Amino acid sequence: MPAAIKKPIRVGLFATCLVDLMRPRIGFATAKLLEDAGCAVEVPAQTCCGQPAFNSGDRKTARELAAQAIEAFEHYDYVVLPSGSCAGQVIVHYPELFAGDAMWEPRARALAAKTFELTAFLSDVLKAMPAARFEGSVTYHDSCSGLRELGIKAQPRKLLAKVEGLSLVEMKDPDVCCGFGGTFCVKYADVSNKIVEKKAANIAASGADTLLAGDLGCLMNMAGKLSREGKQVRVRHIAEVLAGMSDEPAIGEPER
Amino acid sequence: MTQPVNSPQFKENARKALDDAYLQKALARSEKGFIERRKAAVEKLPEYDALRDNARDLKDHILAHLDLYLEAYERNVIATGGHVHWAATAEEANEIIFGICQRLNAKAVAKGKSMISEETGLNSYLEARGIRPIETDLGEYIIQLRGETPSHLIAPALHVTKEQIEADFRRAHTELPPERNLDEPTSLLAEARAMLRDKFLNVEVGITGANFLIAETGSSVIVTNEGNGDLTQTLAKAHIVISSIEKVVPTREDAVTFLRLLARTASGTDLSVYTTFSTGARRDGDPDGPLEYHVVLLDNGRSNMLGGKFQEMLRCIRCGACMNHCPVFHAVGGHAYGWVYPGPMGAVLTPSLVGVEQGGQLPNASTFCGRCEEVCPVRIPLPKLMRNWREREFERHLQPAFARYGLGIWAAFAKRPALYRRATSLAMKFLRLFGGKGRLRALPLASGWTRHRDFPSPQGETFQSLWKKRSGPR
Ligand code: SF4
Repeated sequence: MPAAIKKPIRVGLFATCLVDLMRPRIGFATAKLLEDAGCAVEVPAQTCCGQPAFNSGDRKTARELAAQAIEAFEHYDYVVLPSGSCAGQVIVHYPELFAGDAMWEPRARALAAKTFELTAFLSDVLKAMPAARFEGSVTYHDSCSGLRELGIKAQPRKLLAKVEGLSLVEMKDPDVCCGFGGTFCVKYADVSNKIVEKKAANIAASGADTLLAGDLGCLMNMAGKLSREGKQVRVRHIAEVLAGMSDEPAIGEPER
Repeated sequence: MTQPVNSPQFKENARKALDDAYLQKALARSEKGFIERRKAAVEKLPEYDALRDNARDLKDHILAHLDLYLEAYERNVIATGGHVHWAATAEEANEIIFGICQRLNAKAVAKGKSMISEETGLNSYLEARGIRPIETDLGEYIIQLRGETPSHLIAPALHVTKEQIEADFRRAHTELPPERNLDEPTSLLAEARAMLRDKFLNVEVGITGANFLIAETGSSVIVTNEGNGDLTQTLAKAHIVISSIEKVVPTREDAVTFLRLLARTASGTDLSVYTTFSTGARRDGDPDGPLEYHVVLLDNGRSNMLGGKFQEMLRCIRCGACMNHCPVFHAVGGHAYGWVYPGPMGAVLTPSLVGVEQGGQLPNASTFCGRCEEVCPVRIPLPKLMRNWREREFERHLQPAFARYGLGIWAAFAKRPALYRRATSLAMKFLRLFGGKGRLRALPLASGWTRHRDFPSPQGETFQSLWKKRSGPR
């Protein structure tokens, strides 16, 4: 190939199981954002990053699923996930899972080095500025793993600031856990409920008409609570807004 | 283990805590203060993070040479006229202390705040043998009046509202006029002091904890915000320090490093109000001080943690920041954890000291939000250590069968991508049928979720199958 023709960046899209199963439109929004920024997006056969097993103490399964993901994704230029917690699993915990393993540790490290959470990738790597419109006010919840494992805080806000018509109002304690915690929300349902109750109150008190975050697990938890309490706040993944897909049904709204 | 363990009932304890209106009020009131004070103090100190790194490295160094520093400490305590007693278990520590009290004919002991004495259940041990422990720390005094245990490392009465304390005081201090004003924390403190000083000025034995033990000098250091700790140790005939073995630090400067961190993280101040160094017994010419000085060094399972997966937990300086920032602690308070140590540090330490069979629920009751690790002054990776416990439990099949099988079934699919795609595709279509309105109000097998919130129904098809359709013709 002549050097003058610049090859597009090949990005492996790791949709995460929740997006794959529950809300494919987040996957499409992610793909659109990446393609608009000039990337060639591919979706290799994939299942789960292994985080539920890892956090339940099942290291063996976590390792098997990690190896499977490494094999599926290691040949891309970059790997992007629309989730801070699954990205954290790949970036922080895969190398840890294979620590001391001569064959797998280098592969895990190599994958970790080119894996990004979506907003961090758009903002830090591609320096992309999505051209979207959104009429209304949003509030942004910082999901824990993205925030504390990957340091994602400024990137989503920077991207949202470029969306025409959108105003961001911060809720109280945007960086406090929503109580989801993976299997925690079912195992310790009452405690989880107390935590999400506070979160829902803070969201509603912000006055924003839409809640955004970068992790579908947290979003489903908060959306479920807001809807049970009859609070009129729409809930979306940030990718949907950035990709200009805000006319589609929000989380928990009937499909048309 | 003298202090009874109620950790296996975490879920039930949590349920009760959530229904306890007083507790919820007390928790809601205290939540913000700790967080804001710490934040302000930390922001004022540009070298805070460097100080944390130093403190972490220093603790790791101490733990790697713990035997040497403990021996040096013992030598220097003896050199300054004190006695060191080694206690392998809680029971042994209690026996040693009781022995000293008996020899001195003590009918009562004045106590400063000490979590180690909570761990050994010292108060009830002494009471059962006719010796009355008098708690001199305001918080400890309050919970002693109420017949409770501390619910927080540095704020033992965190779970009690001001109104409850006022009622307790009026009930207990019947000799005082009923019309006195007890509205303010300061008036409560003044009343407690007045009640207490009389009582503990005449006791034979003062017992305190220790925040640090200094190997180089044989001194023990305690920090308090009230100063009763000082009196406890200088006015009595004998001063007994009860401490655990990992509190030793090499030098006075090292103690200062930790004191600076501790005050900022715990109370948001540059230094605690009272920092008291005590070294040995009264020497000739000293105006006051105890005639006897004893140190009881408790192991109680800690040496087993050395060199293992949980050694990092021994860096803990008991500042309380992890629980002050924990959403689970904010929801249920400290007693739900069912033993001496609450919050994230308790979730790691309790199974280490009482066994994973008893303490195993605690490391599971976390969302892994990571805020504890973020604020820990000695950088203990608390979520990682909790996960280590989950791994132990998994290996030993200690988790509930339902959770185990649920996860196992999920894993069986997740390991077979082709099967996974077909199965999930079908399942989501199926689930979608029930969620036509966009959300489900009840779901089999996930009632924990739907008891409190709706379940947003899936779009219907999976991303992978839709993506295939989209990219098929290309
Ligand atoms: S674990 Fe860290 S934050 Fe928690 S009490 Fe110990 S030192 Fe403080």
